[in-house]
Amino acid sequence: MQELKQVSKACDACGSCSAGDKIVPMRRTEGSDFLIALAGNPNTGKSTVFNALTGMRQHVGNWAGKTVVREEGAYKFRDKAYRLVDLPGTYSLLSNSVDEEIARDFVLFGRPDCTVVVVDATALERNLALVLQILEITDRVVVALNLMDEAERHGMKIDDRALARDLGVPVVPMSARSKKGLLELAATVADVVEGQVALRPHRIAHLDPELDKAVVSLVREIEREHPGILNARWIALRLLEGDVGVENELRSGTLGKPSHGTLSLAGGQ
Amino acid sequence: MAVEGILQAAAQYRQSLGGRVHEAIVERTFEEAERIAERAVVREGEARKFALDLALDRVLTSRVWGLPVMGLMLAAVLWITVTGANVPSAMLNDLLIGQGHPWLLSMFGSMGSPSWVTGFLVDGVYLATAWVISVMLPPMAIFFPLFTLLEDYGYLPRVSFNLDRAFRWAGAEGKQSLTMMMGFGCNAAGIVSTRIISSPRERLIAILTNNFSICNGRWPTLILIGTIFVAATAPPAMAGLVAAGSVLAIAVLGVLMTLLVSRVLSRTILKGEPSHFSLELPPYRPPQIGKVIVRSVFDRTLIVLWRAVVMAAPAGALIWITSNIIVGGDSLAGHFVGWLDPFGVALGLNGVILAAYVFAIPANEIIVPTILMLTLNVARSTLAQQGVMLELDETATRDVLVNHGGWTLLTGVNLMLFSLLHNPCSTTLMTIYKETKSWKWTLWSALMPIGIGFAVCGLVALVWRLVA
Repeated sequence: MQELKQVSKACDACGSCSAGDKIVPMRRTEGSDFLIALAGNPNTGKSTVFNALTGMRQHVGNWAGKTVVREEGAYKFRDKAYRLVDLPGTYSLLSNSVDEEIARDFVLFGRPDCTVVVVDATALERNLALVLQILEITDRVVVALNLMDEAERHGMKIDDRALARDLGVPVVPMSARSKKGLLELAATVADVVEGQVALRPHRIAHLDPELDKAVVSLVREIEREHPGILNARWIALRLLEGDVGVENELRSGTLGKPSHGTLSLAGGQ
Repeated sequence: MAVEGILQAAAQYRQSLGGRVHEAIVERTFEEAERIAERAVVREGEARKFALDLALDRVLTSRVWGLPVMGLMLAAVLWITVTGANVPSAMLNDLLIGQGHPWLLSMFGSMGSPSWVTGFLVDGVYLATAWVISVMLPPMAIFFPLFTLLEDYGYLPRVSFNLDRAFRWAGAEGKQSLTMMMGFGCNAAGIVSTRIISSPRERLIAILTNNFSICNGRWPTLILIGTIFVAATAPPAMAGLVAAGSVLAIAVLGVLMTLLVSRVLSRTILKGEPSHFSLELPPYRPPQIGKVIVRSVFDRTLIVLWRAVVMAAPAGALIWITSNIIVGGDSLAGHFVGWLDPFGVALGLNGVILAAYVFAIPANEIIVPTILMLTLNVARSTLAQQGVMLELDETATRDVLVNHGGWTLLTGVNLMLFSLLHNPCSTTLMTIYKETKSWKWTLWSALMPIGIGFAVCGLVALVWRLVA
């Protein structure tokens, strides 16, 4: 008995595992310590994770394109307040529609302290494309490997450690619908924002040295023109691709400024 | 400009790199994703279990069976709603109005409240609110969970898939069928959901036509009128089916209007080719029945009900006041109705219905109680004091409308049509303005459906009167 008590005391003092932790939903999002973005492909369970952490009741549905606006909530974990932003689902960081633009702008220019990418374990390959794109622009990423129950139901098995090793960022297997893995996710996010985890994000080597040279020189020009601009490398790559949207936004100075989802139609006003 | 300099430099690099930078980056990203995924997936899923999804999809999204199965499912949901709501509606009605209303009257009487205060609060505000609750709560509490179960299961994108060819015919984007489906819950929500549509032209088409999806506020009106007017023409054993059938017919007409108006728009003021899009068919997931019920009751039913109550109370008060201010021998409401009447009758409706639609701009939910009250008021019925939103059961509602309002089957049918084809509520209009930032398109989305409604009702009335 005595021994047990000592163990539990040691447990309380340690904090290296999430056994004694609790996620406490909060009502207010102001004055929080950290800003967390929740990104991912459509219909991977972002809103379910969001609801589970913040205690909010965002509508969830089994179809792609349900969330079209940015939803915010907050929770407390290990005495720190986290503001959580639920983003519309997107397959890539290239924006085709207003909802995708909202997601892209926040990941790129919203200055989140950590970006949680919710990933569908049953469709790993397609989901990883977005993860890799986000790893291009930020180190502080946690991959929430959601729908593990679904994967199991289909007899799939996924080596989350191998995945974490390859991606160079933490991977948390979870089933948000049945509230499995939430504590681990909150603990991992806490570790990342506190700088407790070594992050070595996987960067795609582009093979073509000419491309790398072009990127470097463009980044220099962009940063000279716009001191303090975020993600100049990402902008440079888009310009090299000939992304008309990014070109226009750079011209008008609206890149990264929220568009509030307003529809603009040439000649329609 | 310096920005132009950067853009020029980028263009030059792009040229020297062979112009295939985008393709190269995308290819590399997907190669990498594939490689990492391959290493992480230790065991692939068994094909057998996915096979069930495939088998279901073979039926639910089949060219032959997809649409009929969809219609049958909607009909079944409506039938369960219509027949299932009767008993609880009657119970609520008895409790809130049969017992609550007299009790409140005697309470106010014993407190010595002046008769105009009692009239205003108990007969105006309370009765309007009670009516909305007893008529709307039961069907919503049945309809929404059923709809949410289908959504949770993953059926909605299949509907999109089935309707894709129709939307392409209409010159619109296939995702518009998803925003249309959101409109079946609430048009304001449907309009916000059009953000998933990438082309501004197609998004505007989706916004302008969203009103043709019957929203929460309109289902109860359709169900009630379908029950007491259309189903009354059928033998009693068939009544439930006929009522559900008539409501389904209006819903289907709404979908057809969406397609037709989209096509006309994309051929005239919003010209263009439909763009391609990809649609993800999610796996069928066994719905969490308990959660779905709780969620749809709290997130949808109670929110809609609250909105209706909040809108019904002041509307009830306003109607009571305008019915009790007498100018030149008639009440204000009476003058208004009389002024609209010739036009209304020409449309196969009447002045009361048109006036009620003006009163109900803030919320479609209160159409039927407003119509009842105005009808009794204009007919100077001894049944009601001035301006009382009378609560009646279904038979009595029919009697009032037929005997005092002079309604016929034509009036019932045209009210159902007009319920589909009229201006969006004020909340929806505000949302349209917020999303488009254009008064022009907001005005369009208000006037276009009213114009269509007038035309359709007028035509139906004309033909009906020629034939009958």
